[in-house]
Amino acid sequence: MKKLNRRDFLKISGGSLVAGTSAIGIPNLALGANKKVIVIGGGAGGATAAKYIRMADSGIDVTLIEANKEHYTCFMSNEVLGGGRKIETIRHGYDGLKKHGINVVHSKATGVDAESKTVTTADGDTFNYDRLVVSPGIDFKWGAIEGYDQAAAEKMPHAWKAGPQTALLRKQLEDMDDGGVVIIAPPANPFRCPPGPYERTCQVAHYLKNNKPKSKILVIDAKDKFSKQGLFTQGWKARYDGMIDWLPAADTGGGIVSVDPDNMTVATDFDEYKAAVVNFIPPQKAGKIAHTAGLTDESGWCPVDLGTFESKLQKDIYVIGDASIAKGMPKSGYAANSQAKVCVAAILASFNGHDMADPSYVNTCYSLVAPDYGISVAAVYRLAEDRSEIKKVAGGLTPSDASADALQREVLYAYSWYDNMVADMFA
Amino acid sequence: MIIRIHWVGVLFLCTLFCGTAIADQNKVSMLVNPCAACHGDAGNSVGPAIPNLAGVSPNYFMGAMLAYKYDDEDELEAVIEGDEDFIDVEAFPRFSTIMGRLAKGYTEEEIKLMAEYFSSQTPKRPTQEFDQDMAAAGKKLHDKHCDKCHEDEGRFAEDDTGVLAGQWKPFFLYTMSDYVEGHRAMPKKMKKEVKEITEGIGEEGIEQLAAYYASITD
Repeated sequence: MKKLNRRDFLKISGGSLVAGTSAIGIPNLALGANKKVIVIGGGAGGATAAKYIRMADSGIDVTLIEANKEHYTCFMSNEVLGGGRKIETIRHGYDGLKKHGINVVHSKATGVDAESKTVTTADGDTFNYDRLVVSPGIDFKWGAIEGYDQAAAEKMPHAWKAGPQTALLRKQLEDMDDGGVVIIAPPANPFRCPPGPYERTCQVAHYLKNNKPKSKILVIDAKDKFSKQGLFTQGWKARYDGMIDWLPAADTGGGIVSVDPDNMTVATDFDEYKAAVVNFIPPQKAGKIAHTAGLTDESGWCPVDLGTFESKLQKDIYVIGDASIAKGMPKSGYAANSQAKVCVAAILASFNGHDMADPSYVNTCYSLVAPDYGISVAAVYRLAEDRSEIKKVAGGLTPSDASADALQREVLYAYSWYDNMVADMFA
Repeated sequence: MIIRIHWVGVLFLCTLFCGTAIADQNKVSMLVNPCAACHGDAGNSVGPAIPNLAGVSPNYFMGAMLAYKYDDEDELEAVIEGDEDFIDVEAFPRFSTIMGRLAKGYTEEEIKLMAEYFSSQTPKRPTQEFDQDMAAAGKKLHDKHCDKCHEDEGRFAEDDTGVLAGQWKPFFLYTMSDYVEGHRAMPKKMKKEVKEITEGIGEEGIEQLAAYYASITD
């Protein structure tokens, strides 16, 4: 059989199927007033959702409501702590989204009325929507651990929302004396970025090893196991042997029960620990507006239909990213980005009255053990037939016997992943 | 192992689907949109270690994805032989970090749709730093050793070769290192030419080629 080349292929098919069209979906064919979508939250989920709606159909009015004029990505913020990256490199503005015709409103969304389909902001403005996407990320359960409130976070930073908290923790590391102890306290599940505390442990260890080599890190965990555990443990031994002590919950009777920021101590049921720097990562729940809007259940997170991300509690409101209960997927930036795309497909389908394609989701998450040592987890997911789970159909971790060259490549892939990821969100 | 993949079947798929183009386009979007967060908008990566996919030859793309999907050579061979859409690309072995984990999540039919999408996108060749002298030397090497298959300064993706013009330098160097180290299968003709380059002027020849392809931005 004669082999057709690509030019012939394009000529014959007339490019009608794919060539020249965007990757996004079909245009809104409905006539009449423009449809209105409001997106609350300009992080990995919300920024992506706003942009992908406009890319699919510039006839839809999109308003993005985000309190901050600049967004600091949580991903790669651990590298700021390690000193390999300046905080400016993880800061992004919203001009790119404005170029897509998105109306960016810098105010705090303070109220949602699902009946009248309106959102109100701290500045007193009210916006109407046909569909609302809520992507508020996380909020902290202040006071869940005795002594850890907002004031305590200024002395014992969580640095679990990137920005000033990241800068504060970095400064504390720079200011501490050689020979001090750094306590890192990861929360119980579920929480934002499951491998994050352990990558952070690597990055802090990297900084200490090169600058304050007599110092130690004590990880007092609220869990008995954690994400990428085998790979992290291997990395700690390979690069930071003797510097890191990890205490599982079983060894401390369940982790930290109280903190005393004035004395820089934390306590478990059995012991008290004093440290030069305490990075306390508190237990979490969905971002505040999700609670105000009646989108959360008793878990503090938002139940959604896993194929559309429409709230199970409020019609025409969708919740994506860390705030949602996306059973089967981790709370990660890439997951939020991927969920945004599925959610946009669902919204377009609901506007246009067609069936949406079967959802397909991806998560890819890198962790930097050292400047030349990266590890990753990656997976493809599909919706379970009974819609009860976002089911992993393929994927896995960096193999434990990966070569030094492969581990080094993963670092450069992580950096390129970052470049493409933030472009996908903000450019 | 040499795998032959061909393109006629995908053409058939297209003619079949043109009646239901909208549903199909939504399906394609659903499959390729998650790729963008690593491979860039429409396959134009803005991260230098991750390859541009825009304008890739569909056979090259399918060959890569199938080689990532199947760890076992016999299994891969059976798939290729059992599907007349697949012929004509050297695929096995093929080293990867994460693509070998992700490709297993897609069916052969989905891989064909993704190939069709990425091959139909227009490459946006990035501006890269490169050394002028290295690039000039690389051009000579290209003309002598590579141009026969990678025509038009490596822009031309027919004959199922990879797109080299404007390809990211770090990605190109990784790929060449995989070829030279035997982590990725080379076509016979390529093997001969690469050997001539590396035995002639050594590793620097590969660096020169990388600089040359990086110099092409149009």
